Amino acid sequence: MTTHRTSKRRLAAGTAVVLAAMLTATACGGDEGKEGNKPQGKGTFNAGINKVSNPSDKKGGELKFVGTQDADSWDPQRGYYGFMWDFSRYYTRQLVSFAPAPGQGSTELVPDLAAALPEISPDGKSYKFTLKDNVTWEDGSPVTAQDIKYGIERTWAQDVISGGPVYLMQVLDPKSEYKGPYKDKSADKLGLKAIETPDAKTIVFKLPKANGDFLQMLAMPAASPVKKEKDTAAKYGLKPFSNGPYKIDSYEPNKSMKLSRNTNYKPESDKIRKALPDTISVTFMANADDMDKRLMNGEFDLDINATGIGQAARATAIREHKGNLDNGQTGFIRYAVFPQTVKPFDNIDCRKAVIYAADKKSLQTARGGPQAGGDIAPNMLPLGIKGSDGSYDPYGVLQNDGKPNVEKAKEHLKACGQEKGFKTTIAVRNNKPAEIATAVSLQNALKQVGIEADVDQFDGAQTSGIIGSPKVVKDKGYGIIIMGWGADFPTGQGFSQPLVDGRFILQSGNNNFSELNDPAINKLFDDAIAETDADKAGAIYKQMNQKVSEAAVYLPFVFDKTISWRSDRLTNAYTTDAYNGRYDYASLGVVK
Amino acid sequence: MTDMTKTGAVNEPVAAADPGTAFLDVRDLKVHFPTEDGLVKSVDGLSFTLEKGKTLGIVGESGSGKSVTSLGIMGLHRVGQYGRQRAQISGEIWLNGKELLSADEDEVRRLRGRDVAMIFQDPLSAMHPYFTIGKQIAEAYRVHHKVDKKAARARAVELLDRVGIPEPHKRVDNYPHEFSGGMRQRAMIAMALVNNPELLIADEPTTALDVTVQAQILDLIRDLQKEFGSAVIMITHDLGVVAEMADDLLVMYGGRCVERGSAEKVFYEPRHPYTWGLLGSMPRIDREQTERLIPVKGSPPSLINIPSGCAFNPRCPYADVPKDNVTRTVRPELVAEEGTRHWSACHMSQEERTRIWTEEIAPKL
Amino acid sequence: MLAYLIRRIFAVVVMLLVIVLMTFGIFFLFPKMIGADPALYFVGKQSDPAAIEGIRQKMGLDDPILVQFGKFVVGLVAGRTYANGTDVTNCAAPCFGYSFKTEQEVFPLLMDWLPVTLSLAGGAVVLWVLGGVATGVVSALKRGTAIDRSAMGVALAGVSLPIYFTGMLFIALFSDTMGWFSRPDTEFAVDPGKWFNGMVLPWVSLAFLYAAMYARLTRATMLEVLNEDYIRTARAKGLTEPVVIGKHAMRSTMTPILTVLGLDLGALLGGAVLTEYTFSLHGLGYSAVRAISDHDLPVILGITLISAFFVVAANLIVDLLYAVIDPRVRLS
Repeated sequence: MTTHRTSKRRLAAGTAVVLAAMLTATACGGDEGKEGNKPQGKGTFNAGINKVSNPSDKKGGELKFVGTQDADSWDPQRGYYGFMWDFSRYYTRQLVSFAPAPGQGSTELVPDLAAALPEISPDGKSYKFTLKDNVTWEDGSPVTAQDIKYGIERTWAQDVISGGPVYLMQVLDPKSEYKGPYKDKSADKLGLKAIETPDAKTIVFKLPKANGDFLQMLAMPAASPVKKEKDTAAKYGLKPFSNGPYKIDSYEPNKSMKLSRNTNYKPESDKIRKALPDTISVTFMANADDMDKRLMNGEFDLDINATGIGQAARATAIREHKGNLDNGQTGFIRYAVFPQTVKPFDNIDCRKAVIYAADKKSLQTARGGPQAGGDIAPNMLPLGIKGSDGSYDPYGVLQNDGKPNVEKAKEHLKACGQEKGFKTTIAVRNNKPAEIATAVSLQNALKQVGIEADVDQFDGAQTSGIIGSPKVVKDKGYGIIIMGWGADFPTGQGFSQPLVDGRFILQSGNNNFSELNDPAINKLFDDAIAETDADKAGAIYKQMNQKVSEAAVYLPFVFDKTISWRSDRLTNAYTTDAYNGRYDYASLGVVK
Repeated sequence: MTDMTKTGAVNEPVAAADPGTAFLDVRDLKVHFPTEDGLVKSVDGLSFTLEKGKTLGIVGESGSGKSVTSLGIMGLHRVGQYGRQRAQISGEIWLNGKELLSADEDEVRRLRGRDVAMIFQDPLSAMHPYFTIGKQIAEAYRVHHKVDKKAARARAVELLDRVGIPEPHKRVDNYPHEFSGGMRQRAMIAMALVNNPELLIADEPTTALDVTVQAQILDLIRDLQKEFGSAVIMITHDLGVVAEMADDLLVMYGGRCVERGSAEKVFYEPRHPYTWGLLGSMPRIDREQTERLIPVKGSPPSLINIPSGCAFNPRCPYADVPKDNVTRTVRPELVAEEGTRHWSACHMSQEERTRIWTEEIAPKL
Repeated sequence: MLAYLIRRIFAVVVMLLVIVLMTFGIFFLFPKMIGADPALYFVGKQSDPAAIEGIRQKMGLDDPILVQFGKFVVGLVAGRTYANGTDVTNCAAPCFGYSFKTEQEVFPLLMDWLPVTLSLAGGAVVLWVLGGVATGVVSALKRGTAIDRSAMGVALAGVSLPIYFTGMLFIALFSDTMGWFSRPDTEFAVDPGKWFNGMVLPWVSLAFLYAAMYARLTRATMLEVLNEDYIRTARAKGLTEPVVIGKHAMRSTMTPILTVLGLDLGALLGGAVLTEYTFSLHGLGYSAVRAISDHDLPVILGITLISAFFVVAANLIVDLLYAVIDPRVRLS
């Protein structure tokens, strides 16, 4: 019986191996065969990085997105996923938006619904916009200042309109006095005092305190107009009412979305969106490996999620379709952070010991290598943000070629009084395989200097309640937390303040995991935010970044990069810093 | 020749391809099954004849080859599990002047159920549990007769009535499990007789039934035989079953015939120690329980490794009677008693056996 | 018979209620036990306390578990309203819950996904029953031959290989290389021909796995049946081999196969998770995976309930069917 079973198993294994060999053979063979018949990809590698790939003004055709993940919501006030912010520009506009330019050029804010950039009062507390004349809803009615105010007010109704960013709430109404339009007793539901709409074309924002990044917040979809008569509250995301070049014809969550031209949209009112395709489709599918294959087959044009070509298809893509790939920065940093409430990370030398002991090269490999993972990061400010400095290398990481510095690590362990090392726990989200891989890499590197670390995988969907709670972090003894972070808007405030400003330490949903609260750093933020000159603010953020590095609470792994697919059909494709390295969707077109 | 038809059994070799005159004439039948452990010689050189209207009892323990003999006559060794085992069969089986072993399968299939029918031991397992009794009988009829379902059903009711099933027009729609054991066997008989077969093979027809029912079934078979005029082969391990029915008896041991003759002879002047054993194990009303002889000691031989010499020698109390260890080296031939149609295969002399029977065995029975 | 049926249906309802209660327990109590908050799953990236409180009230998460359960059961029959003062959402009967993730009622979603799963399972069932049973019968009749050995070898591979693998293999071979079949992108209502062409690979992939199991089951059962006395009886009647095998042996062989088939089909109607995932078919299985990764608890609960319903119903149907097939079985 035993031998019988064994032989059966062996047979099964053998069959599996043979079939696997057949699969790879046919997969490669198939692709090669196709290459022979099909004209070679027109594009060139990185053609969409810092320049426009395949420029064209030709209209028509169907732009075909594919993705594995639907948006959290297509409601402009509720969406928080990066790709949703990029995509939402097809159907909604804001007073200002990002300039249609590659790379860092995209971070410039230009008027959209507004006729011009605002008049800002000298104290920086008042922003006055005048609307363009010919901005319209999909029913042909004009977009009014009241519509914009109403849309922004929706964010205040957090019990109904949850999920989106709340920056405008924090800046315009820090004490949360307004309760949102659904509880608003006034007839026009426009009770928010901080926004004034003297007429249909004029909107004035009154800030209790100046904020140099206020325009950035107005560029978010959360600042989009919503027509009160068309507001379906919680269900608005199923069919938002368009004021952009396209309207939503159909949407089935997690399945598909179809957009067609909004015939009441006036192209002359819009200098940002090229609006080239006649129709836009989004297909959501489950199988990420198959999605990559179908992108390579030419069935779709690009991945709406822009998560990058998956591991299974990566090698084939690089070998055979390199001209269709762009390897750009996402603006994310992958890092480990040390909560100072957990011993012995209250001691800066113990933190430095970990920073020196880490094998950054191995961490980079765990993230996917230099192309799919990113460049080894020497500090905590990503390259697209004003004030960043890729050569600032306080811990000699680049100098040492990413290798661990065991000598220095042991030196600091000694200074910390933990000469023989210590025990700690690495917390990592259980739904992020690359993060788990980095946790294991770090665990192995720390072993070399005598630090014994357990890896604790926690429920990734409960992040804000677990590592977002300083109490839980302390109770669980999370000495090291693995995370990633990207800016909601591309400034030092947008990227760093939630991570390192002591006033941003929250009891739930906290992101300042190290609980760094250095008055000097906090003051630098105040100074930079009050500064309306972006370059001057950048100089201040540079100082801030240095101070954060000196505090040794962060161990940056990589400046995140991704390998994105750009089909041969795509025109006007370029990656943007403003949208985390995604293409500027509003500019894309297709050849027929 | 007239003598022969009277006793119904012959031993004289007949030239090959000569159909002879007997209704059923089995000559040197061998049925062997190759298995992983070796060749199973289920039947190893069996010959007998049977005339119409007569009954032959084949007696032996299980594994003696008696059931395989019947399968050979039915041609069932060719299909199903036996077919897959590639049964090796040789010899000749003449039925009504037709040799069956050399006939093609379709020809034999046409005979099956029509000219030769069979009654099996356990009617519960021998009938399909998912079809009604009526359908199963009607099906047997329709294979060989071009009639519609209605006519076949009527025939089934008729037969059920004939075998003594009350309210046959109702019971015809019952399933086998809804019948009692005796009723089921009656239905089985009805199924076998539905085509008026010339030869009826009953393989242990009463073994699965209790004693009172056994007698009824045997009476039924006997009555029907008279009515239909069929020849009957009654296969059993129990001499009692064939005692009153059989015209001739054939005792099998280890795939061979060890004694054959008229029922009268075999019962009252048995010439083989194995037959003595069988007689001893027969329950009798006139014998007290305590006196009852223990059935033949030991177990039947392995058909793969049949003992050399006389196959019965390991169990035979008289194995050492003949000189020179001959019982263990030489296989005894089947020899007719002088001037009779009574054959037996034993190394002991005729006189010796007569003496042992009359002096040692008979008085105890 | 009627009393039996009523009793069984009553048992089915009770069992479904128990399943709902258990699912409730798992989804709403378990997170609390490990210190997680179900409301957090619904607020999205920004966990504003007002948003969490709003969700909590709307979902009734502050109610005791049994009250939540009671409301759910009442909702199933009479519909219900989710409200937190400002926001009122009606959910028509039968209310299987409301997805706070996609802001949709669960029942219409289920009815949207069910036809996809039905058509996948239905087509595959036909293929695997025909293919599996035929292979099994041939194997049994040709036992020990090269035909038998190769058929059983393929069947073993079919049972051992994961659907994701065979599915991707079939896509690579028959779609990307040969171009015979497309992926299942088209709905039946749009273009029946294209729909059919697209469903072939999912059907075959799913059927391959089951056909393998059914071939082995059929072969084993058939071999057992062929040794039955009543098969010998059938032959002794003079029936031809096709009748003996096709009528007498098949009738008995099909009984255990129908039993297993009923249960398999019941389980499959809850979603052929891997096949739907591999081919990105938007049926119950894919949606279950989606809902689990989105922590969309009401949807998970709805799918669990409908899956449980199919399994329990399939059990009942199999039992009833058994009584029809096998006259020896009496329902009581």
